[in-house]
Amino acid sequence: MLELTDIKAGYGRTQVLHGVTVPSADVVAVLGHNGAGKSTLLRLAIGLIKPSKGRVVFDGEDITSLAPNQRVARGMAYVPQGQQSFGQLTTLENLQLAADGRRRRKALIDAQLARFPALEQFATRKAGLLSGGQRQQLAIARALITEPKLLILDEPTEGIQPTIVAEIEQTIMELAAAGMNVLLVEQHIGFALEAAERYVVLASGHVTQTGEGGKAATSTVRAAMAI
Amino acid sequence: MDALIPQLLNGSAQGALLLLAALGLSLTFGQMGVINMAHGEFLMIGAFSAYLVQQVIVASDLSIPVALPVAFVVAGLFGLLLEVTIIRWMYRRPLDTLLVTVGVGLILQQAALQIFPSQGVPVEKPRWLDGQLTILGYDWPLRQLFTILLAAVCVAALSAWLKYTSFGRRIRATVHNRDLAETTGISTRTIDRLTFFVGSGLAGVAGVAASLIGGTNSQMGAQYIIPAFLVVAAGGIGQLKGTILAAWAVGVALAFFAYWTTGSLAQVLAFILVIVFLQLRPQGLFTVRTRSLA
Repeated sequence: MLELTDIKAGYGRTQVLHGVTVPSADVVAVLGHNGAGKSTLLRLAIGLIKPSKGRVVFDGEDITSLAPNQRVARGMAYVPQGQQSFGQLTTLENLQLAADGRRRRKALIDAQLARFPALEQFATRKAGLLSGGQRQQLAIARALITEPKLLILDEPTEGIQPTIVAEIEQTIMELAAAGMNVLLVEQHIGFALEAAERYVVLASGHVTQTGEGGKAATSTVRAAMAI
Repeated sequence: MDALIPQLLNGSAQGALLLLAALGLSLTFGQMGVINMAHGEFLMIGAFSAYLVQQVIVASDLSIPVALPVAFVVAGLFGLLLEVTIIRWMYRRPLDTLLVTVGVGLILQQAALQIFPSQGVPVEKPRWLDGQLTILGYDWPLRQLFTILLAAVCVAALSAWLKYTSFGRRIRATVHNRDLAETTGISTRTIDRLTFFVGSGLAGVAGVAASLIGGTNSQMGAQYIIPAFLVVAAGGIGQLKGTILAAWAVGVALAFFAYWTTGSLAQVLAFILVIVFLQLRPQGLFTVRTRSLA
């Protein structure tokens, strides 16, 4: 569904990604140490940064020059790192933002409130006052409301209490099983490899290994990450 | 005690006019962070719009109600033009924005001088604004009451628009986190344009109210721009309720200082007070409370 081909990109004069290619697959995990370029790759996939070279193709269409909101309109959704929400808006308003302009608006919101009951409990509370785990659930719910074909998740379990981590991992597995395409950056290698159909290992902005998920030995991936 | 009620009422009316001038800025400066020094000239455009409407609709009873939406749209379109042609390239360059918009303000002032007489043009008051209302033994001019009512309507409309409409939600989201808004599917460029249109349009409405009090001339925007910025800053950036309270406080302070001293000294004293307040509380009257930065 999403293909990133020979991507070179960075911030100003600092090049972060050096000719990265990510193959198309139902669930792709991007693995690597901090600073390897994983988040930059996801920001590029959703359009927050533009590549200096390379192509981004989604669902057969070259979307390299499209703005993030245009990519969302085409069926991509993005959950950024760090449990980001619109802190001054209520939980419900955060969800309404994603649902505005869509048919079955209320049903879309209700479906996510049912998926994450804690959000319903704090529907009128400002998102900035929610716990980290609740904010991450809100971020995922906001992304899912857009009924995406591809869900891009940047370290969805980072810094979250273990019980909520389990819930989020279960949600990702359910979505993948239901046929949603997922591009996942995750430090928890065991879970990422279990969920992924294919994986890509990044080190210093270079792809050091690719392979099929599940079958890959964690030790092999760890060795590739160290390169 | 005899002076208390009249000055409080006068000050409230002055505060309402200041609030009208600052309301648009609370969007473009407070919400978007754009230092638009031409905002005062959009107020002037609103005032001249009222004059031009009166050239078409001679009956002032009708012309002023018509002039309000016309001024909103005309000033809003000027603001939109400024955003599309200049501001959009300068969102992360506040100093450049300030300098460029000072230049735009001067161009608009000179353009007004070319089109209208240098001494300005009168805007006729509607008959329904003649007369006074007696409040606590003080005859309060209806014109002042109208300014307060207009400010209240604009504040209520703006608050409701920001809080209850999808556009309002999108504006608040874009202000809070532009990247996150984009990746939620919001076209932040459209939101920028819309916000600038509404902010500038509100300056146009303020211009109509100002024209009823002091007439119109090419320099009139300059006398509102700095007080309006001070009011927005003192209220707390992006905090509408803070802008309202700060405008009222400055208006009342101006009225009392003018009563005790002179009109021009009152301006100096009131704004020294605001500057001292900002030294003590740089974040303004109200601040944002969150558990997280996001």
